[in-house]
Amino acid sequence: MNELLTESRAASEPSAPKRIRLAHRLARAGDPLFYGLTLASAASILVITGWLVYQLYVNCEETRRQFGWSFLVGRNWDPVAGDFGALPFIYGTIVTSIIALLIATPLGISAAIFLAELVPPRLSSVLAFLVDLLAAVPSVIYGLLGIFLLVPFLSSTVVPVLQKAVGFLPIFSGPFYGVSLFSAGIVLAVMVIPFIVSISREVLLAVPQAQREASFALGSTHWETVWKVVLPHARRGIYASVFLALARALGETMAVTMVIGNAPEISKSLLAPGYSIAAAVANEFTEATENLHLSALVELGLVLFAITIVINGLARLLILATARGQGHHG
Amino acid sequence: MGRLRRRKITNAVMFALTMLSTVAVIGVLFYILGYLFWNGGRYLNWQFFTNLPAPVGEAGGGMANAILGSGKLLLLAMCFGVPIGLLGGIYLAEFGGRVFPFVIRYVTDLLNGVPSIIIGLFAYTVVVLRDRHFSAWAGGFALGIMMIPIALRSTEEFLRQVPRNLREASLALGATRAQMVLTAVVPAAVRGIVAGIMLDLARVAGETAPLLFTAFNNRFWSSGLDKPTASLPVMIFTYAIGPYEDWHRQAWAAGFVLLAMVFLFNVSARLLTFRQHAR
Repeated sequence: MNELLTESRAASEPSAPKRIRLAHRLARAGDPLFYGLTLASAASILVITGWLVYQLYVNCEETRRQFGWSFLVGRNWDPVAGDFGALPFIYGTIVTSIIALLIATPLGISAAIFLAELVPPRLSSVLAFLVDLLAAVPSVIYGLLGIFLLVPFLSSTVVPVLQKAVGFLPIFSGPFYGVSLFSAGIVLAVMVIPFIVSISREVLLAVPQAQREASFALGSTHWETVWKVVLPHARRGIYASVFLALARALGETMAVTMVIGNAPEISKSLLAPGYSIAAAVANEFTEATENLHLSALVELGLVLFAITIVINGLARLLILATARGQGHHG
Repeated sequence: MGRLRRRKITNAVMFALTMLSTVAVIGVLFYILGYLFWNGGRYLNWQFFTNLPAPVGEAGGGMANAILGSGKLLLLAMCFGVPIGLLGGIYLAEFGGRVFPFVIRYVTDLLNGVPSIIIGLFAYTVVVLRDRHFSAWAGGFALGIMMIPIALRSTEEFLRQVPRNLREASLALGATRAQMVLTAVVPAAVRGIVAGIMLDLARVAGETAPLLFTAFNNRFWSSGLDKPTASLPVMIFTYAIGPYEDWHRQAWAAGFVLLAMVFLFNVSARLLTFRQHAR
């Protein structure tokens, strides 16, 4: 095609062919160049991720050498004495995330069911957009609301009632100072609910209408259809949404830092202050002067990285499996 | 008939519960946003936009330096993150085979899920340790890395929506692949791509953790890009956990400004893509 074009032009204006051929050659040369540039950009993702892991690994060499694997199970965190154990932080991170999921999962999934099954499509997408906005609120603002809105509310209303009702349980025993694992868990719950609602709603909407109609035709009520047909069909995507929420909760920094109390202790009571990995790094990194302390904080970061990568990786695999599964059935 | 009745009651009760959950979730949203905008709006004044922070312990002052600082950091982040994201997205949508793009996508999603505080640690070890001081460069680098995954994935997604015909027509007219992508495919998807980048900006605009030990903070104007630089999110954090009432008021005002900015980006991105779908 191209050669035809050049030849016909060449016939009409004698001076043109050289110029056109040159332009043509340049354009052809631009192709591999453009390809190379895009390839390099895509590959830079791998380079950056690898570089990140390498930097974290290299910069915690000192604590790795000194404490080895016992860093992970050490209960003591004493920068002055130079003794570092990550267990209180791992404990705080996991406990707050579990509280968050226990609250957010049932609420989120049932809100998703309502939005997907009962609300008319147009209203549903408007409400979903509002929920997405909730996910866009920066975490430092959740922290601000946590300090000045949630913590006073918990101290004045929720915790007294809770302690009167179930105060005999060790997890709700002891004094409450406002900042605590419990408060952090609730802030995290508010922060991750939008993820669960948003993804679960989409997964539920993707369940083929024929499935529902078949169930109705067998005489099921709407709820039976949801419970026995729609949810099982969508279960992998829903698990994935919970895993993504978990990964997000584990790594959340600012909001947690502001309400968790920042005390490196392992207490049975959820009402006691605690500490999370991300909060420790955020709080202590700029104040750390000893190399060993810095190294310990970087190693904490590495531990958090490993945890979130595993959880995220699982979530992504679930999503892939869902996409593939639907491909087969559909 | 008793059984049918029980089933119908279960049906009603369960859906009522799902409705309650929805009302709770949406209600919390409106409550906290209302609280923030009401509270922040109350404490917002012109000084906030024009003045430097007052000396520690004194009332008054503003966050002009933090607003400018946030702008600088976002600009740096865009210069670094957007080109890589765009070109990488073009690669995934237009070139590439089976295995390599799969790996890229997977790793991109993982990088997107890495907690922001860890991106901050990375930028610290790479930029701050080398320079031996905090700087806007380091903060911009951290935010830029955070921008890449979303820029890349959203670009890819919108390029994929461009119909095949357009590509074939362009090639049939004698365009090379690069010309096809740059003059036909990208312009056709440009609204979506811009919307994706706006969402991306909205996300990193509120990031605090990666800035704590990269851009750090500054109570004065920072004279260049290699000086510690104030930003709105870090200011909110510092002021919220600080001991002064006046600081708390300013934190609310700053929260108002930050959230308004984030929502503006979000809503405009939504409008951009909405119009495209409507066509």
